[in-house]
Amino acid sequence: MVDLTAVTGSVELVRAPAEVRRARILGITYLLLAVVVYFVFAAGTDGDVTFRFGEQAGDLEWTVSASLLATVAAIIFGFLGGVQLTKGFGSKTNLVLGAAMGVFAFTFLGWAGAGKSIGIVGILVTTVAAATPIAFGALSGVMCERVAVINIGIEGMLLTGAFTGAVVGTVLSPVLGIIGATLAGGVMALGLAVLAIRYRVDQIIAGVVINIFALGITSFLSAQVLVENASELNNPGVLGPLRIPLLADIPVLGRILFNQNIFVYVLYSLVGVMTYLLFRTRWGLRSRAVGEHPKAADTLGIDVFRTRYRNVFYGGMIAGFGGAYFTLGSVGSFNENMTAGRGFIGLAAMIFGRWHPVGALAAALVFGFAESLQIRLSILDVGIPSEFLLMAPYVVTIIVVAGVVGAARPPAADGQPYIKQ
Amino acid sequence: MTQEQMPTTEQPTPAEPRWMQRIAPRDVDWTTLVIIPLLAVLSALIIGAVIIVLTDGFGAVLPAYWALFKGAFVGWSSISETLLAATPLILAGLSVAIGFQAGLFNIGAEGQMTIGGLTAVIVGFNFEGLPLVVHLPLAVLAGFLGGALWGFIPGILRARTGAHEVITTIMLNFIAYRTLDYMLKLPFIQKEGRFDPVSKDVLDSATFPPILKWLPVENADRLRLHLGFIVALAVAWLVYWILYRSTIGFEFRAVGANPHAAKYGGIGVATAIVLVMALAGGLAGMAGGNETLGVLGRATPGFTAQIGFDAIALALLGRSHPGGVVLASILFGALRAGGRTMQAQSDVGIDLIVVVQALIIVFIAAPELVRAIYRVKGGKKQGQVTRGWST
Repeated sequence: MVDLTAVTGSVELVRAPAEVRRARILGITYLLLAVVVYFVFAAGTDGDVTFRFGEQAGDLEWTVSASLLATVAAIIFGFLGGVQLTKGFGSKTNLVLGAAMGVFAFTFLGWAGAGKSIGIVGILVTTVAAATPIAFGALSGVMCERVAVINIGIEGMLLTGAFTGAVVGTVLSPVLGIIGATLAGGVMALGLAVLAIRYRVDQIIAGVVINIFALGITSFLSAQVLVENASELNNPGVLGPLRIPLLADIPVLGRILFNQNIFVYVLYSLVGVMTYLLFRTRWGLRSRAVGEHPKAADTLGIDVFRTRYRNVFYGGMIAGFGGAYFTLGSVGSFNENMTAGRGFIGLAAMIFGRWHPVGALAAALVFGFAESLQIRLSILDVGIPSEFLLMAPYVVTIIVVAGVVGAARPPAADGQPYIKQ
Repeated sequence: MTQEQMPTTEQPTPAEPRWMQRIAPRDVDWTTLVIIPLLAVLSALIIGAVIIVLTDGFGAVLPAYWALFKGAFVGWSSISETLLAATPLILAGLSVAIGFQAGLFNIGAEGQMTIGGLTAVIVGFNFEGLPLVVHLPLAVLAGFLGGALWGFIPGILRARTGAHEVITTIMLNFIAYRTLDYMLKLPFIQKEGRFDPVSKDVLDSATFPPILKWLPVENADRLRLHLGFIVALAVAWLVYWILYRSTIGFEFRAVGANPHAAKYGGIGVATAIVLVMALAGGLAGMAGGNETLGVLGRATPGFTAQIGFDAIALALLGRSHPGGVVLASILFGALRAGGRTMQAQSDVGIDLIVVVQALIIVFIAAPELVRAIYRVKGGKKQGQVTRGWST
């Protein structure tokens, strides 16, 4: 990821054809959204919707006509589409896209909840919780892929972390459970690293193996050992939410962001630390060099193999830690295959987030929102089948990798084994 | 150099019958094709034994493995179960193998199976009154087409936009699962009077008939092996023919070996990619149809039972060759069938089989590891199967 802004800034006028096409598609998408929102959402509802932002009913409420809300949103989308097609948003394109997605989600909620009241805070609290393991998975992927090791095995590492967290957490203590889970994820990642780096096994196959192995071994041990001794081995309890004193008192946001459990706070700090380390330190520069052009990095005296081993190990530890969230942070015991594809959503979030920690977190939050919304909508019983919302992360990822909305560019050497000359 | 090479050119061709050369050609790389796979399976079973020792003690190993063996090979019923389990594995394995041959990594066999199984069921419970000879092929074709559609999507995305098929097929797997969940609750698919996601039952005229009923053994009517096995073998032969005897197959392999050279040689690389992915999807779709039109007789959530992921192991173990895939599938079928007996008759759970299968892939994918452990020499080095995201 060489910083090209200095170069591209001067040739802003000559935009690549792909970029022009993308901008056009984005503009047309906005206009289509405007039409859909107006004719489906605005015309298809009557009645008011009440958004609740407070803790109790009657506290911080906002009641609005659902069709008025949709009409306003349609006008906004129309405006965005017009600007996008004529002038473009330049460097703010992604920001605008994010805001537009937010507006759409809000309008959608208004439409779905017409005649009822919707607790926004509840949805967002669930969003953060649902996004947490996804985000850890995505960060694990970022860590590995920045040094050009593809990590398809995130799912397996999460599962191993969940299992170890439950067992160690019950036998010793929850804190040691988290440490154990972190190390277990690291060990799985070392397996991936040895296969991918030392034996130059196709990295995708190596990752698939990690997933199959983790699923097999945790299911086997769970059926063989845990089921019979559930109370002594598989009963760690859940780490409750930790209220951060001042920050949690911020209205609305405080309850969403700062009244969560330890995993969520580690996630915030990890995103910050990783972003800083990757883009502002020597270690990060070296890691990225190994991911982009290992031969050049090697020529400059960077130990490609060691860098890769180390980062993949860190990546595994992140996933292992995130895996412990399932048992110690949310469910309270281990069940077979309890990660249920979250690792793959994490992979999707990493791609959607363009191999950047902040992007990965944002993508995980979007996917977590879809999951949270799905739970809420199945309670509200609107016409939308919940399966379609569960599909959303995957559909979005396909759209992103197909380059329709902004190109997602992986590290240049991603997936290629390095052979020292 | 030249002196060494000279005599070989003058050597008369060995007077072996043609079929002998076909089955055991001289230039075959036995180490890579036979010895390393066998050692890989052996090593995986040994590590499996170690895991049994750790969880259940020494005494559990022999009874468990004996039950595994008995359940896989001893008696007609075991053989029938092994081949029955092998059938969808053959089709799904071929799906991944044909992708590998063209340099494409189809992780989407699971999703293609899901959609193919669903479309096969829809044809299977409709059209009452059709004779078996019409209805069953029609349902199988529906399975093929459903899977082919699910394979076509990543194919066209790869060819048109360069989106990596590994990512798109993984995502399409999950989309397929959710689609199945959704479709199974639609009134025209869901079984009458049920509230859980279960499809209507496939009509008898679209169900694969059992093929071992005529055997003069006890309980012959309980042998579940059905016509699908024969179909799978025929398809394996057909895939072999396409890959090694037809022009289009040559083009597929050329694209796999070197897409740039293939393009320079006048091969439509984009077309080949789309065709291969659609064909691979169709094969996996047939695997799904084999399940829903076979012993299951309906579609339920998760009916694919991870077969689409086993398929990756099968393609690797079979070296992406249809014959190899068939043999590897019978081995994995034996593990699946024997695993059930092991679970029933000893204290060791069936999930051990998943671990053993994962280890087999490790050893197959890292032949260096096997070479190092057993000091095997020879055999050619393998290249990478896929390229990274960025290509």
